[in-house]
Amino acid sequence: MSDLTDLTIAGAREGLRQKDFSAREIAQAHLDAIEAGNAALNAYILPAPEQALAMAQAADERLAKGEARPLEGIPLGIKDLFCTQGLRSTACSRILGNFSPTYESTVSQNLWDAGAVLLGKLNCDEFAMGSSNETSCFGPVINPWRREGSNAPLVPGGSSGGSASAVSARLCLGATATDTGGSIRQPAALTGTVGLKPTYGRCSRWGIVAFASSLDQAGPITRSVRDAAIMLGVMASHDPKDTTSVDAPVPDYEAVLGQGVKGLKVGIPKEYRMEGMPEEIEKLWQQGIAWLTEAGAEIRDVSLPHTKYALPAYYIVAPAEASSNLARYDGVRYGLRVPGGDVTEQYENTRSEGFGPEVKRRVLIGTYVLSAGYYDAYYLKAQKVRTLIKRDFEQVFEDVDVLLTPTTPGPAFAIGEKSGDPIEMYLNDIFTVTANMSGLPGISVPAGLSAEGTPLGLQLIGKAFDEEALFQVGEVIEEAAGTLPQPQDWWSAP
Amino acid sequence: MKVDEATVRHIARLARIRVSDAEAKTFEGELTGILQWVEQLDEVDTDGVEPMTSVVETEMKKRTDEVTDGGYAGDIIKNAPERADNFFVVPKVVE
Repeated sequence: MSDLTDLTIAGAREGLRQKDFSAREIAQAHLDAIEAGNAALNAYILPAPEQALAMAQAADERLAKGEARPLEGIPLGIKDLFCTQGLRSTACSRILGNFSPTYESTVSQNLWDAGAVLLGKLNCDEFAMGSSNETSCFGPVINPWRREGSNAPLVPGGSSGGSASAVSARLCLGATATDTGGSIRQPAALTGTVGLKPTYGRCSRWGIVAFASSLDQAGPITRSVRDAAIMLGVMASHDPKDTTSVDAPVPDYEAVLGQGVKGLKVGIPKEYRMEGMPEEIEKLWQQGIAWLTEAGAEIRDVSLPHTKYALPAYYIVAPAEASSNLARYDGVRYGLRVPGGDVTEQYENTRSEGFGPEVKRRVLIGTYVLSAGYYDAYYLKAQKVRTLIKRDFEQVFEDVDVLLTPTTPGPAFAIGEKSGDPIEMYLNDIFTVTANMSGLPGISVPAGLSAEGTPLGLQLIGKAFDEEALFQVGEVIEEAAGTLPQPQDWWSAP
Repeated sequence: MKVDEATVRHIARLARIRVSDAEAKTFEGELTGILQWVEQLDEVDTDGVEPMTSVVETEMKKRTDEVTDGGYAGDIIKNAPERADNFFVVPKVVE
């Protein structure tokens, strides 16, 4: 019974239906784990034990009647970027203060409608701007993984650092996350978890605090590829409240599992072999190629010539959209208000005290590139480059089914190690940002350990709305990698 | 593009963010660094390339122009820092 937090979502689903344990027991096991371990990890910024137990009880009643829905009784964590009705939602920014939404995000509502149980709200970078979870106003999240022979705290990646840390440390069975430039896949890689960013439009953005609206997409972080398929099947929906959400049926993602990769064509983009890339990343990539070859896939070298321009273009487009989206935080309708002599001074004081340094930096960059005289040189140029990046993918996907790349240029780094230089931090997203720029789905699957004994991930990028290929190929990598070691529990207080 | 302190102050004013002298100095260096880094896009020939407007090809969805939502002013002002009846309160903007 003590292993209820070790289950996969698929395993818990089975056990609940077999009455091996109750939803209440599994919720309580997680609440206990949060109680014991969260002080050290800082993954949850708002545990919701009462809500969890009430939802678990309702789930048990359904289960007893044989009316279980797809996620009945499955305890999940929710990134604080998702608005949850009556439960403080802040995007980990001081500027939202104690904002308590009077509505529920579509994605989280889909989860509750499927019977899932809410454990609490998870830490993230402020407005999802960051790659290490160090910009949160609630303080950094700690990675449950440590370097061999060291106690130095490592970052879990970001922006969905709380989600990744909580899933890895068994403080939930799965978590929601969001990905604008790599914020699901990079933390998944750094914590040994599975992270999926769906195709733009697959999940509704309604009720999710907006960062860069043409790039943002919600997705799951889980401990297995199957679990990611299960969660996406529920999170995805057509939503009239988000005009960019697609009106296409949600496939049964689990149905593709077990089909293998025989005959599938896997592209290896040569531009992802970056100068100065650590040898262990190259080795991991070659290992992935070998696994897929052995499993019967056909490997093809491909070229995506505009790859190196994706990150600089992203750092025009994303801040531009952010500066526009974040204009709403004015101290008038919700959140923090810092008074001033007149209304302009009140805006300036509120935004100065409410936003952290990284958010200010991006709002200023965005304001600059959109300002009179610079729009064509920066924003328009970046959107043209984006067209070229997308065209690269379209051409390559005429010949291959899926692309295999590393997820990150390296393993988890120490707190404070990269926070001095914004560009160095931005480079974390070098392999992930292309999928956002072109709207394509991407998944990170744990594939091995670094020389430091910390996790590394491989990324698959698929055709638009072909998440099924990612699950299909991802499962093969997962199986080939075998059972990877788990982080030793140092975080739970006795 | 080199961003000087006056430019930082001008953009900060446009963005309605008050910046201290120390912040202005820091941003001057950081914004210059970031803008110089993104300027590598100048190497890319984009003549005749359409700027992207949507990553996924979709048709603009249309709906009937009718009231489908509303009637909960209380919900809308619930989180307001200052309110009176069903109104947001701000400092006087018209003399």
